[in-house]
Amino acid sequence: MIAPAVPKSWYLPSKPHKFCPGCGHGIVLKALGEVIDELGIQDEAIFGCDIGCSLLAWDFFACDSTQTHHGRTTPVMVGIKRSRPELTCIGYMGDGGGYSIGSQHLLNSAVRNEKVTLILVNNTNYGMTGGQMAPTTLPGQITETSPYGRDPLTTGYPTMGPEFLAALTADSAYIARGTVSKYKQLKKFIKSALRNQMEGNGFSFVEVLSTCPTNWRTNAAQTWNFLEDEMEKYFPVGELKNPLGKGEK
Amino acid sequence: MPKVIGETKKSFVTGNETAAWACLAAGAEMMFGYPITPQNEIMHYWTRLAPKYGRGFLQTEDELSAGFTVCGSVQCGKKAFTATAGPGNVLMQEPFGMAEAMRLPMLAIIQQRGGPSSGTVVYSQQEVTLTTFGGNGEGMRIVYSTATHQEIYDYVIKGFNTAWKYRFPVFILGDGYQAKMREPMEMYDPEERGIEMVKTYPLIGLPGKITEGREPQHLCNIYSLEEELYEVVMKVAAEYESIQDQIVEYDEKNCDDADIIVVSHGVVSRAADDAVKILRAQGIKAGYFRPITLRPFPAKQLRAAIAKSGAKKLLIAESAYGQLDRLTKQEIFGETVKIENLFMPGVGIIDYDITSKVKSVL
Repeated sequence: MIAPAVPKSWYLPSKPHKFCPGCGHGIVLKALGEVIDELGIQDEAIFGCDIGCSLLAWDFFACDSTQTHHGRTTPVMVGIKRSRPELTCIGYMGDGGGYSIGSQHLLNSAVRNEKVTLILVNNTNYGMTGGQMAPTTLPGQITETSPYGRDPLTTGYPTMGPEFLAALTADSAYIARGTVSKYKQLKKFIKSALRNQMEGNGFSFVEVLSTCPTNWRTNAAQTWNFLEDEMEKYFPVGELKNPLGKGEK
Repeated sequence: MPKVIGETKKSFVTGNETAAWACLAAGAEMMFGYPITPQNEIMHYWTRLAPKYGRGFLQTEDELSAGFTVCGSVQCGKKAFTATAGPGNVLMQEPFGMAEAMRLPMLAIIQQRGGPSSGTVVYSQQEVTLTTFGGNGEGMRIVYSTATHQEIYDYVIKGFNTAWKYRFPVFILGDGYQAKMREPMEMYDPEERGIEMVKTYPLIGLPGKITEGREPQHLCNIYSLEEELYEVVMKVAAEYESIQDQIVEYDEKNCDDADIIVVSHGVVSRAADDAVKILRAQGIKAGYFRPITLRPFPAKQLRAAIAKSGAKKLLIAESAYGQLDRLTKQEIFGETVKIENLFMPGVGIIDYDITSKVKSVL
């Protein structure tokens, strides 16, 4: 058996990684690793990870990396990019960090067209803290803090992140939503989001629909069904803004 | 790049203007800030001056962001700072905690306003506890409490050097009076005075290529095991303890034979200085002791002043309801000298307030 190829930009001493079996983070980070390799930016990339499950990626890449607080990755990346524009800044966070506790940073950095790339992994719950309701939890979805199912009448509807960011940003922003079920497309989105920063265009954002079998309490088939049949129907996958023209072929 | 200060010059300026010039003269490269009174004019002067000297500025969405952008900026090697007050200081304790944990050499200028909550926009000394010990940590930070505009200038320059030499976050603790008042002071070029500015360096974004063999830098801020964190905190604590003697600063007058020592800090120490002179002229043996660094605190020096004078009493005077008092008591625990208080939270203290209090307790 031939071992699967590992991106050159992965940091091998920290492998195998520490995410749960069936978690989508590994897929997102593989796509990101391959993109870093293909763009040849390992030396100038700064990887910043949030607190939540994304914190487990703090030593994932053989890139200079930093770890902040829950929700604060965006301003740390902004501070670095504003100080050293030659660096390529990649902020990595979950839906709680980006859309809830750090939403003011996400919204305002988008409005200011900060030239950073943010990747937000949406698994519809707070994974690290044990499966609480997130801004992205689907209507009716059971979580630890919505044990009878999320009721939109009392807790609102899921946050449509790329849609609200697309409405706020300049034309030079890149905004997309990918999914771990469509790897090639996801990789294309992440690559475009990084190229958009590297070309100095502006704010670049990819939300990634991902899986959390541990907190969803699902087996492999149920996990995949929830991703493809529930999440992808509620959260439309695709590019909302691409100033790179037709994007990567 | 033009030199910020050519010839040394006398100026009649506000404390906020002084602070902005001091940051420029110290070679600060980036300011991240969010409006809050009474520190606003630091940003106003900085935004006017910075482009002329190739320095950067970002007005962030809030103080959390201002603090965290400073963290990012210093991580990639830039001399960066922020300024805030009151509720803004509360929000900034989160990024200041990150700076403590990750040993980030950031500098923050705090112009204290009245509290609690939104309080007043005017003046107080009510941010002592917050600034010296912060949030969920051990207070591994350095706090200079200034009393004059000249000191704002001097300690901002010194503060950047302390931060980058020792890698602990540094605070210049002023107040609304110092921020808004005008007074004469002298601006100078630090190098001309023989002050060597400590060179900055990046913690990430290092020179050299990882693809050609440089080790990637992974900065950690959360630990899996209790023991890992214990080791980190104990190491930081040991380093902090070891540098205290090099950092502690204080001022002391007339303590040799004092019956009562007035302890105060910041702008209140100017009233205390005057009060002690007046009392001495009236034959009352009063002494003056002022911690310039509130953290680390000049405990040994205050104990020595108590011992050599044989003072029967300390009078702790502050524009707060006992924040310097608590700090002093914990630092000189075990001393039996009686401690009197003059607490005037959120209002100014003048020499008369102190002389009256001294006479009433002696």
